[in-house]
Amino acid sequence: MHHTLDIQNLHFSYPDGRKALRGVSLFINPGEKTALVGPNGSGKSTLLLHLNGILRGEGEVHVCGKELTEDSLRQIRASVGLVFQDPDDQLFSQSVYEDVAFGPLYMDLPKDEVAQKVRQALEAVGMAGSEPRVPHHLSEGEKKRVAIATVLSMDPEVLALDEPTAGLDPRGRRELIQLLRGLPQTMLVATHDMRMVAELFDRTVIIDEGKVVADGPTAQVLAEPHLLEMHGLEAP
Amino acid sequence: MHIDLTDQYRHSESLIHHLDPRVKVVVTLIFILAVGLIRDGSWIAFGALFLGILGYAAASRLGMFYAVRRSIIAIPFLLAAAPLPFIISGPALISFPALNLTITETGTIRFVSIMIRTFIAVQAGILLSATTPFPGLVWGMCSLRIPRPLVAVIAFMYRYIFVLADEAIRLMRARAARSPEIPGKGKPSFIWRGRVTGSMVGSLFLRSLDRSERVYGAMASRGYDGEMRTYSTFHMRGSDWVSLIVFSLLILGSLSLMFLR
Repeated sequence: MHHTLDIQNLHFSYPDGRKALRGVSLFINPGEKTALVGPNGSGKSTLLLHLNGILRGEGEVHVCGKELTEDSLRQIRASVGLVFQDPDDQLFSQSVYEDVAFGPLYMDLPKDEVAQKVRQALEAVGMAGSEPRVPHHLSEGEKKRVAIATVLSMDPEVLALDEPTAGLDPRGRRELIQLLRGLPQTMLVATHDMRMVAELFDRTVIIDEGKVVADGPTAQVLAEPHLLEMHGLEAP
Repeated sequence: MHIDLTDQYRHSESLIHHLDPRVKVVVTLIFILAVGLIRDGSWIAFGALFLGILGYAAASRLGMFYAVRRSIIAIPFLLAAAPLPFIISGPALISFPALNLTITETGTIRFVSIMIRTFIAVQAGILLSATTPFPGLVWGMCSLRIPRPLVAVIAFMYRYIFVLADEAIRLMRARAARSPEIPGKGKPSFIWRGRVTGSMVGSLFLRSLDRSERVYGAMASRGYDGEMRTYSTFHMRGSDWVSLIVFSLLILGSLSLMFLR
């Protein structure tokens, strides 16, 4: 049986020499919903960018049982749905339809199947009927939902989300949490939203200065205020 | 809190709105080419093309003067042509001996012709973008084999110009919030303010660069391999072919008017 995500001793430095990851190892089982928390600059986003090879560090990354290499890159990108923090980065097309269709188009699916995937993905995030809208005209909450739809349309096995609730008003946040709860995929979610962590995730990983400093059941990790405080976090 | 320049497109149920985008792109390009080819001072031909634009606007049910009103944006570009009446040699129209300047008839005719060309051509572009939703326009340009990188640049510019404009507005607002004026105290020097503006422009460039990296990451995450792919939603129908031929003939007809004396 394969681990859905299996990262071993991953190191990464940015071109300016800043060390972002210093030996991260992480196993995530199929269907597991895991929160990735840590202070700003701890390496959360950098780690997510490694899951589908946008960044390539030293170390091994296995996704769905396959090692991430130059050859497996495109296949792995289809199985990991990476959603960026700023939906304006994620939504780069002229209309919602085109954006959600982007992934399926690159998977070389026939047109009617693309249309079907788009419909299903938009239905799943509660944005059916918004196909012709211009991304610029969506509200922040709608943008976040459509951003998730843009990867759901590729039928990914893993969802890697960066700060999904950042910048949302309480209702938008509530709706987004409901949405995430209902999705069946394996999830690794980088966030500062500790209340969402407590509510939604079975497992929590704390990362600081590019290293995993705690990893366990959420209830257990959140029960250690000293640990949280030491890494710039607080209990919900 | 956005600026909203988005959507030049104005929906309406007209024949022109329902045409295949390719027809509109081709007709617009032919039109602009024809406008460019008309000889200086061929007022009849210019008039015919201008009437054509008014008719096209009326047929698209946006109002006959829809594009005329919006063509004002072309004025700054005319500055480039402003010296022409002075530098083209020909029969003198007015002289300013004190300044050693002469306005020539040939130069003036050329300047006015360029002005008319600019306005008519801009109006054609305005009507194209007002009657065609942008995704259709991008698709039309792609399927006409306009080079993909060029189309991609146009598409991304259209998508992100508003995001960048929002960022610029936020920067300016932040500057305004920290630019108090105390009665009795002087203002900072012009040069200092210029430097501030310069670094704002620089930071906008850097932000755009960072954003382009992230957008590329988001594209690569979803399988982008360097080639733009679009989905087709249009098929040329009989009415599209007829419109293409009729519009092209009308434009050629107007163009030939310049040979009338």
